Amino acid sequence: MTSFKQIGNDLYSGERSFDFVGRRKIWYAFAALAVILAILLPIFRGGFNFGIEFRGGSEFRLTNSQELPLELAEPAIHSVVPEVAVVISKVGVSDIRIQTEQLEDVESEAARLALAEAYKVDASTVASSFIGPNWGADVTRQAITGLLVFLVLVSILMAVYFRSWKMSLAALIALLHDLVVTAGVYAAVGFEITPAAVIGFLTILSYSLYDTVVVFDKVRENTLEIEYSETRTFGEMVNLAVNQTLVRSINTSVVAVLPVAAILFVGSALLGAGTLRDIALALFVGTIVGTYSSIFLAPPIYVHLRENEPKLKSAADKVAANR
Amino acid sequence: MAENTTSSSAKRKLGWIGGIAAFFAGLIIWGVASGQPGAAYVPELALDLQGGTSIILTPTLADGESVDPEQLTQALEIIRQRIDGTGVSEAQVSIQGEQNILVSIPGTPDANTLQLIKASALLEFRPVITYGANTVVTESAAVDFSQLSDTPSATPANGSDALWVTDRVKAQFEALDCTQAFRAAGQVDDPAKPLVTCDDTLALKYILGPVEVFGLNISNATSGTVTTQTGASTNDWAVNLEFDADGTAAFGTVTARLFTLQSPQNQFAITLDGLVITAPATNAVITNGQAQITGSFTQESATVLADQLKYGALPIGFEIQSQENISATLGEDSLAAGLLAGLIGLIVVVVYMTFQYRGLASVVLGSLIVAALLVYLAVAFLSWRQGYRLSLAGVAGLIVAIGITADSFIVYFERVRDELREGKTLEVAVEAGWKRALRTILVSDAVSITAAVTLYVLTSSSVRGFAFTLGLVTLIDLLVVALFTHPMLQLLARNKFFASGHKWSGFDLSASRAAYLGRAEFRVSEVLAEGKAEKASKEAKRRQTIAERKAKEAAND
Repeated sequence: MTSFKQIGNDLYSGERSFDFVGRRKIWYAFAALAVILAILLPIFRGGFNFGIEFRGGSEFRLTNSQELPLELAEPAIHSVVPEVAVVISKVGVSDIRIQTEQLEDVESEAARLALAEAYKVDASTVASSFIGPNWGADVTRQAITGLLVFLVLVSILMAVYFRSWKMSLAALIALLHDLVVTAGVYAAVGFEITPAAVIGFLTILSYSLYDTVVVFDKVRENTLEIEYSETRTFGEMVNLAVNQTLVRSINTSVVAVLPVAAILFVGSALLGAGTLRDIALALFVGTIVGTYSSIFLAPPIYVHLRENEPKLKSAADKVAANR
Repeated sequence: MAENTTSSSAKRKLGWIGGIAAFFAGLIIWGVASGQPGAAYVPELALDLQGGTSIILTPTLADGESVDPEQLTQALEIIRQRIDGTGVSEAQVSIQGEQNILVSIPGTPDANTLQLIKASALLEFRPVITYGANTVVTESAAVDFSQLSDTPSATPANGSDALWVTDRVKAQFEALDCTQAFRAAGQVDDPAKPLVTCDDTLALKYILGPVEVFGLNISNATSGTVTTQTGASTNDWAVNLEFDADGTAAFGTVTARLFTLQSPQNQFAITLDGLVITAPATNAVITNGQAQITGSFTQESATVLADQLKYGALPIGFEIQSQENISATLGEDSLAAGLLAGLIGLIVVVVYMTFQYRGLASVVLGSLIVAALLVYLAVAFLSWRQGYRLSLAGVAGLIVAIGITADSFIVYFERVRDELREGKTLEVAVEAGWKRALRTILVSDAVSITAAVTLYVLTSSSVRGFAFTLGLVTLIDLLVVALFTHPMLQLLARNKFFASGHKWSGFDLSASRAAYLGRAEFRVSEVLAEGKAEKASKEAKRRQTIAERKAKEAAND
């Protein structure tokens, strides 16, 4: 079996090469399919499953309730407010969480006491809280403003560093793909959209671009004098750069995904629904999709955007004549 | 000589990072030893890790209105004083985003504390124009108040003038049913206009004139029992007020006017957050600036009101946007889970790096430990000096950072390998690789920092905590890779084990060294098959630099 290192050497010299740029239609089709699925799946499932922070509602928590059955909560709440929808879940090792739509102050206090009575625990171990529907909306509004400002700033940063707005554009298209696909997977899994999930999405921004920038930096280096190349076309040179950074891309992604997977595993196994699990799921999917896009999408799109420039075209003609 | 310079510069860099770590560690040790407030070896945790209640208050504003930052700071101070007044320790009050106030209290607050936090405590003195018993309106005849005139037919002579009762005010008064909800939480009324409202027992309804004396003109407020004229104290509780100079003057003028009027216009209503607490008839002209509010007070409610008045009325009305309670056990569980996930993450990253980079994994492990130490010191320092609180989202950010930090090592190592493949010796490759890797690391970290700063400036709450850790860790990553990982490699490159390209060094590339012998000449490995050899030599030709090619062409000519 060929070792990873051997493959690394071959990829660097160009002896072994994967055609990322040439077969771009396949990768585009694959990405388009993923995006369409990511948009359709949530629609079929009836939209995103928004958490209480977005819907607003009342919440009760019983602490130190390891041995207590979940079923007792519903009749207790219904004894106070009949026919209200009740969602009961276990959080952490020893908490029971009961969520309802927003109750009046008086109802909420009565429901709290009813729960304490039903579970035969001291009323002080049942905490009630409520979340106004604006809270999640506020977080989202800020997140979207943050997202837009970040995109503008980072496009300028990349355009200045790479001296090419086309690289910025290619990176942003890849980023958009990552966000849509991750949101789609998130909806398909059926997890609640919570502020923690929003944080996860925002981190994908940074990570997905980080990955793309590393690849593009090598592309930039390889194509500095591409107009004068008589042996390789622009597309081939970009492809070589992607191949040369392939081992690095795979390693950085694996290393980025491993701790996230640890959070996802520990979060789901030990804590159940909550901040850790929500952030980790978004990041887990986002990192993997981000790696795909920084290898299979961003570089081919960049080539697509530039290969028809007259200078590059004449250079490509020269290369063809040399063969 | 050159070798010694490299080596001593490497040692100097290591000294720098050691110095930075020692500086912060020393500061913290000094802080704890000398008993500085807030200094501790363990960083403070946010509510979601230690348990407690967080309350987000949002101002009640009409559409298009906005809060000016000064009012918000003022409200924040008042709320802080009120909470401190209740004896709740370690409460945190902070501004969140553009307009919200976040109150974090350990444990579960009682109803009184909650009331105290959110009540705007807007005390106003308005003259009574008329009042009546509450009428239960069974069928609400849909009256469109905006259709009715709201302008007095002539300019009212003073606050008690019946001209204030416009058609609209009259209709509102008639339609008012105190038993139905008639005020929004945190509603703020225009002080220059008449007010239609109920008393706090919801038994009477009033039309009141514009505000004559404001609560902010109260210089002191105390609670006590009412004493009779003979000096015997009763069981009735009252709130005693003292006005400042402006308040005293205004109060004197109004009582002088009301004193001459007929009932009910000789009554002076005291409203708290829009509800009439009491509306005594004026039986004296009060010019000494002292007044007493009596009503249905208990000792507790009198004390609460006196405190609210003393610490000031909020300049804006607030409502509770969310109130979240996290039990201490859930907090502990979350922290334990976060630490466990971090440990697992660290181990698997080091195992993977060992698989990929063999001996170099020791540098990775060392770098990660140094980074972790610096992050810990930074968090402990910020927790002390800036009141930073580590939240669960922050912990998640730190764990994610393990991967991001290790990424910059990979970028560097792979660059060194690239240089080795070009045939350079390890020592040269470590330097050349560093120059190229630094560019990539700088630009990709710039992306992360941009993300962190943007999110930190534009968002609030948990998003902000996460952005902060992301930015902090990115900076520390840069510091560690430049001042630890790079000098460590410089030193290791001189070590026989690594320099010889030992199988376990991580720099062993012998598997297929497309040996680069010199300008424009390539030796192709004999073991390669014929076709492959041809391809490889073509490849080599393609890889010639322009200068090399031109040199060769010149030679061929």
